[in-house]
Amino acid sequence: MAGGNGHEEHTKWVMVIDLDRCNGCGACVTACAMENNVAFTGEEENAYGRGMHWLRLQRYWEGEGDELRVRFIPTMCQQCSNAPCEPVCPVYATLHSEAEEINLQVYNRCIGTRYCANNCPYIARTFNWFDYEWPEPLNFHLNPDVTVRRRGIMEKCTFCIQRIRRAEENAKAEGREVYDGEVQPACAQACPTEAIVFGNWRDPNSRVRQLAASQRAFKLEEALGTEPKVIYLAGGRHEF
Amino acid sequence: MSSEFHPRNEEEARRIEELKREHLLLDHKSRAEMNDMVMEAVLDTSRDWKIAVTVLAVVTAVSLFGAWGYMMLKGLGLAGIRRPIFWGLFIVSFVFWIGISHAGTFVSAILRVFKAEFRRPFTRAAELMTTFGLAAAGLYPLVHLGRTWRFYWMMPYPNQRWLWPNWRSPLLWDFFAINTYLIGSTLYLYLPLIPDMAMARDRSTGWRKKVYTILALGWRGTEQEWKNLQKAIQIFAWAIIPVMFSVHTIVSWDFAVAMKLGWHSTIFGPYFIIGALLSGIAAVNVVLFTVRATTKNMRYFIRPEHFDALGKLLLIISLSWAYFFFNEFILEWYGGEHTVKEILKFYMFGDIAPVWWTMVSCNVFIPGLFLWNRKFRRTPWLMFLMGIIVNIGMFAERYVIVTGALSRNRFPFDWGWYEPRLVEISIVFGTFTLFLLLYTLAARFLPLIPVWEVEEGQHSHTWRRVGKAVLPAVSDLESLD
Repeated sequence: MAGGNGHEEHTKWVMVIDLDRCNGCGACVTACAMENNVAFTGEEENAYGRGMHWLRLQRYWEGEGDELRVRFIPTMCQQCSNAPCEPVCPVYATLHSEAEEINLQVYNRCIGTRYCANNCPYIARTFNWFDYEWPEPLNFHLNPDVTVRRRGIMEKCTFCIQRIRRAEENAKAEGREVYDGEVQPACAQACPTEAIVFGNWRDPNSRVRQLAASQRAFKLEEALGTEPKVIYLAGGRHEF
Repeated sequence: MSSEFHPRNEEEARRIEELKREHLLLDHKSRAEMNDMVMEAVLDTSRDWKIAVTVLAVVTAVSLFGAWGYMMLKGLGLAGIRRPIFWGLFIVSFVFWIGISHAGTFVSAILRVFKAEFRRPFTRAAELMTTFGLAAAGLYPLVHLGRTWRFYWMMPYPNQRWLWPNWRSPLLWDFFAINTYLIGSTLYLYLPLIPDMAMARDRSTGWRKKVYTILALGWRGTEQEWKNLQKAIQIFAWAIIPVMFSVHTIVSWDFAVAMKLGWHSTIFGPYFIIGALLSGIAAVNVVLFTVRATTKNMRYFIRPEHFDALGKLLLIISLSWAYFFFNEFILEWYGGEHTVKEILKFYMFGDIAPVWWTMVSCNVFIPGLFLWNRKFRRTPWLMFLMGIIVNIGMFAERYVIVTGALSRNRFPFDWGWYEPRLVEISIVFGTFTLFLLLYTLAARFLPLIPVWEVEEGQHSHTWRRVGKAVLPAVSDLESLD
């Protein structure tokens, strides 16, 4: 976007989620967990509120009986431009990346005060309460591109920064720009209805730009001024 | 000496006797006599005391350090916290202990600069409460970390990676506020202790004499030494007051600066200070009763008049707390924001309601019902009980603010509820025994009564005859210089 803020040369990664297309299948949740080595905490711990999923499907039920409807809102870290989690960390473990304009979480720097999680209006952050083991055969499935986290530190959605980096490096090696749709986070890749679209906001012809022009576009808790980089397209209720 | 006052008749004599029984500062004793009384109390390391120290040490080792070590090995998941309530009993207790530590200095410094005479015998007992309260509070920022062994990353220290802590984080402000307060209040505790250390040095033998000699800093009691000491104490008493206010304000900012409904409140600074004073002054009552009941000769120094005065202070602070609480609660409710209403509804009628109602009863209703009564205030064991009740109320207040507000969020999908687990409860219990252990040890090592301050007070209290009446008169010796 033009504006003389000195960031024109950077990419600004945004995500568009069409709630009308989301059918709540949960493929994105699974894909995210596989891609990002998200710990498997087991049924009991998960039910206790210690699931580690970076991406969750918020479910809201409306009506009763035949009129029962459900709304799904896939929610992950909103990658706020003005993120409440960042100023409260005493050790800069969560901070803004200049290059990608997303929130980074530096696992090795985190000391586990959990202040960031309390200050996140989207409750998007998860904490490693224990050292988790992956039950077989999931332990053969770890993604070598992503750090495995240990107990006592905070983690959250990274917009699959490893995939962004890989695309950028491929493009650089081939001497071209990253083309629209080249970077696909795991959730977007797995979504069977293509409800999740990812792209560069600064490319005026990108799909995300075109989708976000819709009258249905909104951001979660926009009035807070957190300036999220996930744009939702309002959707109807789903029959169940 | 000023106590040489001859009553003219029997009625006068009876009245003087009555006033002497009532007021420590009119009931003159010689310096030597008081020195002996205090030293007898300090040296009284009886079998009971040794048993108490041993039991407290063992319980603290297991319950605090044992449980903490186990939790470090296994992970913070042993505590009951879960999404979205990421802070639980540890932060609750942290704020609680900071509050306790607050009032020791408040009682001592504020009453000193306002020259409230009744403070004289118990300033030190209150200041010790500050120091040991801070020792307990200071553990929690470490205990609650996911990776305690990396706590030093919060400190600014030169390192090869050029990493610096984040000065925008309230947790870093906490770190500096608490350390400033710890150093300041320890020095403020130490200054008036110097003449008493010299007194103890001259009346002890063995290892005690060696330690007291070092701590007395060669005090000989010359005119110049006294002048310097008085000046230093005055400076510290004034300087520690803003530091004390800053500490609890900054602790309240841990919550108030957050983008969290129920936390983000402009009134939290003074509200937390009043809350700290409420719990702290209540705790002074508990400490004074315990000291009086377990230490020799303390009935002479600590009398119903002191509980009476502290009781009045407690009533005023309780009413002030009610005022701030009302302001916080009613205005939030009137604001009408949907999530805020859900939070307030959760406080009053939700799972946390028993804690919330305990808070209101113990902080406002019960003190308001009893503390106006002079007889109640003058009964030490009742004031001890009141101290415990108010502290239960203030613990409940912190519990409601920390965990209650986190339980209700903007998205109903993220509502939750928290219950503490055994490891947390054990660690919190352990800091209580740690406080008791430190205090029990100090009670047999440091003179709990600043003898020279009591003596000074007794010197300034004299009898005057005005017409037919005999009245006690107070002269302000401190500003004669």
